[in-house]
Amino acid sequence: MALRFGAGDVGHIHDHAKEAYPEECAGAIVGMDTGDMKIVVDVWRAKNTHGEDRGRRFLIEPLQIKEFEEKTQERDMDLLGFYHSHPDHPAEPSEYDREHAWPYYSYVIASVGKDEVEDMRSWVLKEDRSGYDEEPIVFG
Amino acid sequence: MPKVKIPTPLRQYTNGSSEVEVGGGTAGETLGNLAAEYPDLEQHLYTSDGKLRSFVNVYKGDEDIRYLDGPDTEVSENDELSIIPSIAGGRCTNV
Repeated sequence: MALRFGAGDVGHIHDHAKEAYPEECAGAIVGMDTGDMKIVVDVWRAKNTHGEDRGRRFLIEPLQIKEFEEKTQERDMDLLGFYHSHPDHPAEPSEYDREHAWPYYSYVIASVGKDEVEDMRSWVLKEDRSGYDEEPIVFG
Repeated sequence: MPKVKIPTPLRQYTNGSSEVEVGGGTAGETLGNLAAEYPDLEQHLYTSDGKLRSFVNVYKGDEDIRYLDGPDTEVSENDELSIIPSIAGGRCTNV
């Protein structure tokens, strides 16, 4: 499975990551799952409500996820996954990410520095929760 | 029987169903029966020592069962439980 992004949606994630720097940003990725490819139609910002250290952690509350689930169903779309940023850190999932990950969802991570997003990669939790598989990102 | 709403990432383990009916008199019992009926769900709902994972939230109607009676929250025939993810992560492994 690959994740297909339009330029606009990538731009939205980059903008969010830069605005939130040095804190982590997070949001939902919505669109269609064709079985072979997840096609991104929109990205929705979420509030990082982690109480302690938003420079190293993010949290999207369940009520916001519930709202995203309902909104995608109303629009006949799927909640494909979530994005978040790693300020001054590679676009690779941490052990903390893995412990908190769900199957199926695409976890897009943007590595962001002070002025720009340096890398963006997508990951999917392995079936046995032992790690991640990288999911190719296709543009256009 | 109470209904349990299944979020997108777990539907692959319930034969694609977004809602299943499971017997049980409390929220804990209902979820336990759900995991027994669909064994592949178990590792995503519970830790290896049998506790509900911290980012797995269970709502009865619009209320988080943590603020009711937790797993002992009573459920009846017409109640609806929803499993709702919270999404967490971050770059740091320490702390």
